Amino acid sequence: MMRVAWLVAAKDLRIEVRSRVLLWQVLPFGVIALLLSGLALGPTQAGASSSGPGLFYLVTLFVTLLMINRSQALENAAGTKASVATLGLDPAGVFLGKALALTIELWVSGIVLLAGSVLVLHTDLVGTLHALPSIVVTLATLAAAGTLYGALTQGGDGPATLLPVLTLPAFAPLLIAGERSFSAALHGGALWEWWVIVVVALAAYTAVGILLYGVLEES
Amino acid sequence: MIKLSQRLLGPVTLLALALTFWLGLWVTPPDAVQGDLVRLLYVHPPIAWVALYVSFGTATIASCLYLWKRTRSANLDRIAYCAMEISVVFIVLTLITGSIWGRPTWGVWWAWDARLTSTAILGVFAVAYLALRRANDDPALRARRSAVFAILTAINVPIIHFSVVWWKTLHQGASVLTSTGQLNVHGSMLWTMLIGFVGFTLLFFWLLRERYRLEVKRDLRVATTMDEALAQRRREGV
Repeated sequence: MMRVAWLVAAKDLRIEVRSRVLLWQVLPFGVIALLLSGLALGPTQAGASSSGPGLFYLVTLFVTLLMINRSQALENAAGTKASVATLGLDPAGVFLGKALALTIELWVSGIVLLAGSVLVLHTDLVGTLHALPSIVVTLATLAAAGTLYGALTQGGDGPATLLPVLTLPAFAPLLIAGERSFSAALHGGALWEWWVIVVVALAAYTAVGILLYGVLEES
Repeated sequence: MIKLSQRLLGPVTLLALALTFWLGLWVTPPDAVQGDLVRLLYVHPPIAWVALYVSFGTATIASCLYLWKRTRSANLDRIAYCAMEISVVFIVLTLITGSIWGRPTWGVWWAWDARLTSTAILGVFAVAYLALRRANDDPALRARRSAVFAILTAINVPIIHFSVVWWKTLHQGASVLTSTGQLNVHGSMLWTMLIGFVGFTLLFFWLLRERYRLEVKRDLRVATTMDEALAQRRREGV
């Protein structure tokens, strides 16, 4: 299973490096969305730093949606499904590989968006560094959940529009937990109880993905 | 015996609901603190019970059984779909009755409370389930994806149930039974509430049966239309 996971993750990341969709399309979108969020709040509130964690996670959700669609589009490219079926790849490994690649891509976009948050929204740099471990885990959870929901929407009518309807309710608790733990790292407060939610969600989505991804790929 | 119970389901449901409304509106006394507002609580908790536990439970169990290859059948997929559809109606009713009670009690129609928010999220999940079904034409693929999504959605139910314990909420905790198993409601108020729970649970099963029958007829019509279209094409020599 792990061998397949590495294989699929390496394949997805290699395609991403070569196509540079993340670099030239997704990251600019994220930066623009962050700037627009700041503009929508106005200079007083946007610079107050307390809005930083919420806006960071909101923009991250939009970026995640783009990345999920991109990740699933790779699987739907001509001949890919047939190749996976012919090779007899373990579906659990495929799920883990896609989730891993998406996690790495989200970490990259997270670094850019955090830098933007510090520069534009005046989020405290030291507090942001303290929040890094919780952000790393939250983004991995978004990737695991997103891979699962992404597979649910592919092949039907309007996958790009259906995906937000399915994922945003599932992402809501992660958004709240991520924002609260980020805020706690910045301003003090209970950090661990929000961590627990994210870690439990990561374990649950990974377990469900390993168990049921094969069912979704059945033909 | 089964036929008789099926025939009786409708009348017994109507009787239980009529009894709930009669007892709730005319027989039970006003509450010492809430006054006449308490009468809404004879319907709000039973509706929420059906929305969160009975209908979602039915949809989840049917979905799990569908995914298990030994028990896989189109009937289970239909049951899950119909239960989820009824769940949407009951979740909306839960939010509406809760809002009507919340306005005079809390002073607002809506509060960003853990119980309220998580219930609203569950409602969006249920609507998303219906959207997912509409997006897939292949019955087998649609059934598999819907079953997986229903199971993922069900993770929300325990979060809603324990939200009043895990977080400080405006919504009160367990009101009928305390954590030690002691009853908090007594006399005619308790009986009215219990009859309400029975009535709304029966209403769910009545609606489920009728909706299921409709779904079977719809599937049959789709299959017949397809057969007729194929036969016509053959006659045309295509």
